[in-house]
Amino acid sequence: MRLKLVPKDTKWDFFKRWKLTFGASVFAMLASVMLFFAVGLNFGIDFLGGTTIRTESTQAVDVGAYRQALRPLDLGDISITEVFDADFVADKRVAQIRIQAQEGHEAITPDTIQAIEAALQGVDPEITFPSVESVGPEVSGELVQTAILAVVLAIAAVLFYIWLRFEWQFSLGAVAALVHDITVTIGIFCILQIRFDLTIIAALLTIVGYSLNDTVVVFDRVRENLRRYKSTELKQVLNISINETLSRTVMTSVTTLIALISLYILGGDVIRGFVFAMIWGVVVGTYSSVFVASAILLRLGVKRDWSKNSGDGGKAGTQFANIDA
Amino acid sequence: MLQIPFWKRLLIWGVVVLVLFMAMPNAFYPRVERHNDAVKLIEAEGETPERLADMSAWPGWLPSSLVNLGLDLRGGAYLLAEVKVEDVYADRMDGYWPEVRDALRAERETVGSIRRVDGPAGELHVKIANPEAMGRAMEVVSELSRPILSLTGTGSNDIDVSGQGDTLVITLSEAEKLATDDRTVRQSLEIVRRRVDEVGTREPSIQRQGEDRIVISVPGIGSADELKELIGTTAKLTFHGVVSRTADPDTAPGARNFVAPSMDEEGVYYILSQDTVVSGEELTDAQPSFDQNGRPAVSFRFNPTGARKFGDYTAENIGAPFAIVLDNEVISAPVIQDHIPGGSGIITGSFTVEDSTQLAVLLRAGALPAELTFLQERTIGPELGQDSIDAGKIATIVAFVAVLVFMWLSYGLFGIFANIALVINVGLIFGLLSIIGATLTLPGIAGIVLTVGMAVDANVLVFERIREELKTARGPSRAIELGYEKALSAILDANVTTFITAVILFALGSGPVRGFAITLGLGILTSVFTAIYVTRLIIVMWFERRRPKTIEV
Repeated sequence: MRLKLVPKDTKWDFFKRWKLTFGASVFAMLASVMLFFAVGLNFGIDFLGGTTIRTESTQAVDVGAYRQALRPLDLGDISITEVFDADFVADKRVAQIRIQAQEGHEAITPDTIQAIEAALQGVDPEITFPSVESVGPEVSGELVQTAILAVVLAIAAVLFYIWLRFEWQFSLGAVAALVHDITVTIGIFCILQIRFDLTIIAALLTIVGYSLNDTVVVFDRVRENLRRYKSTELKQVLNISINETLSRTVMTSVTTLIALISLYILGGDVIRGFVFAMIWGVVVGTYSSVFVASAILLRLGVKRDWSKNSGDGGKAGTQFANIDA
Repeated sequence: MLQIPFWKRLLIWGVVVLVLFMAMPNAFYPRVERHNDAVKLIEAEGETPERLADMSAWPGWLPSSLVNLGLDLRGGAYLLAEVKVEDVYADRMDGYWPEVRDALRAERETVGSIRRVDGPAGELHVKIANPEAMGRAMEVVSELSRPILSLTGTGSNDIDVSGQGDTLVITLSEAEKLATDDRTVRQSLEIVRRRVDEVGTREPSIQRQGEDRIVISVPGIGSADELKELIGTTAKLTFHGVVSRTADPDTAPGARNFVAPSMDEEGVYYILSQDTVVSGEELTDAQPSFDQNGRPAVSFRFNPTGARKFGDYTAENIGAPFAIVLDNEVISAPVIQDHIPGGSGIITGSFTVEDSTQLAVLLRAGALPAELTFLQERTIGPELGQDSIDAGKIATIVAFVAVLVFMWLSYGLFGIFANIALVINVGLIFGLLSIIGATLTLPGIAGIVLTVGMAVDANVLVFERIREELKTARGPSRAIELGYEKALSAILDANVTTFITAVILFALGSGPVRGFAITLGLGILTSVFTAIYVTRLIIVMWFERRRPKTIEV
């Protein structure tokens, strides 16, 4: 007996309520943009500059006492958060202390770190400092630029590749799905206020990759079916293609989610934000390849009259499809 | 149908076995690491019984390259330093002064007497007595300039000369500045490397980044502060003539003199001549030692030119004090008792044994040509690294097993084929990581886990396609063949796009992000390889043996 997540031969109409799903996507994107400006992301030191210190102790974290101890040092804005169940070890209490960037373009002076450590040891003699990270304001500005550049470049490269392999309508559909995924991911980070640092940018790019992967598989089938069902309505061709690839889409998403969820639960708190972004991305990316990318393709339409020799050898929905296989 | 030529099969299995063989040492990480360390030590310092025992822990004929563990897994310190390249301009101009002086003195009749005056840093200002002869002075000095031999600066000279009233201003030309910057950063890189190597930790990585930056990561070092102390000290050692001693740091030192504080006497300042007698660049050796009173000291030796200059100076200035200056602080200012000819000497001060050892290391490695400032730093304790390794291991194993079970439940026998390929796939990733000497970081582990999840995708695409083709009932062998054929374009398109993002991440990312990009990129390569070749070969071999009339995917 095989495990079947999707019934055999589905014939679901994915565009019956397209106004609803598409509307929901547009709403989610708008809401994300508004949240970004109204609430903002919880940027990490990679982007703002500053210092984070991880503390470990067997005693309970007393955020108030820590704050009290650090106040005389006059370090400006300090945020202290307790990290819960870091490794499921009962007597290990972990906290994350973030200090805003100090004057000057250097990262941080050894004296400042020593002063902070001494102050905290005054509160809790057993406290240790397993990691200290510091980014100078000069570098953080560059990191932001590189990050934005990376995301934009990735999208541009993909736009170009899909245009090369398919048609511009496919390309636009795929990129709309990507923009949707990234925007909505940023939205959820605004809502949950998970720390947004460089690794999250890496996660965003992975989401770009994953979402595309999904979109491309659907599009590949659409291209094939456009050649097979020459006179069928585009909406129906899309539905057939999505239904045919549905089983694969679900299988791959589930295996990826299985792997990511085990990493989320067991992989330690250091990369939890990163893994969360990817889990969210897989879910959103799977959704968007059907309800955003394909929906846009449906609205834009594809040139269907391929029977006349229009100089491309009669291959439907493709420019350079002869590259494959 | 379903034929794969023998040579192709051999090639596929050959590649798999070879890469898995290269991956094998990682399964015995501590033993191989002990072996590697011992080999390195024996090469550097000779054999001891323990080292030989460690070396024999792993047979020499087996591959012994390991995946490097990144700082976040092993613990250590990371620094991003910026070299203050402008510091060097001033030194360069000081170096030009004797030449300029000699050239202008030769023209004394037209130019008149000359005098060096203080100008902004990096500019050489010379006052001449006859301003109307400025044209001639500029001409003479311009003749001293040398053409630049570099790709970008061809056709230009190394200095710019201009006249401002009665002052001749000499600066480095823009092209020469660029060339100097490049040299400075390379020198700094080399000196940082030497200093880190002197401490002898495992696999430090010191790389240039961009125009004027250096990335330093040293596993196993206690903290970024320790690392900063080691590499952040300029360690510029110079010997100067002493003009006088004072208690007021704001005294006007007079032309071509400067004030430097004493290192161990609080509130004591020396007025020193800016012209250096000898500098640390002319040292050939420095060792920690003790003076005649048994206090820690550093003994040193000059090269022949340094020895001659030092000998001449001491012979001419018997009875006068001279100052030993380290990074603009006076370590000591002894009085010259006698002519010192041999070119060796001893530096005493209030040192501890650690101080003298550190100073000797720094002097031996050479001074940094320019100051370093630290823009970014990271310290990761070894326990946190170990915790991350443990967590990563458990998460990977659980993810792996869960995906294996899920594939088996979903596709039965074909699922097991895919699972074999998946196991091979992870082995291949580790093999490739070892071969290219890549570094595994915590996000890198996440990349592997993600690959485990996504690697089955190519197989899923094929299997789903075979299922579809089976419906048209053209026989199992045809269905398998068509399944592979038709799924190929989707597999390629899907993976090329993901690979593009991995490449962009690698190119633009740094540190941990890069580690993620490497494993993700390699994972895509290996998973496409295993899906297209390995799983297919396994299925074909199974099919040839069983010749089933019907198959169930």
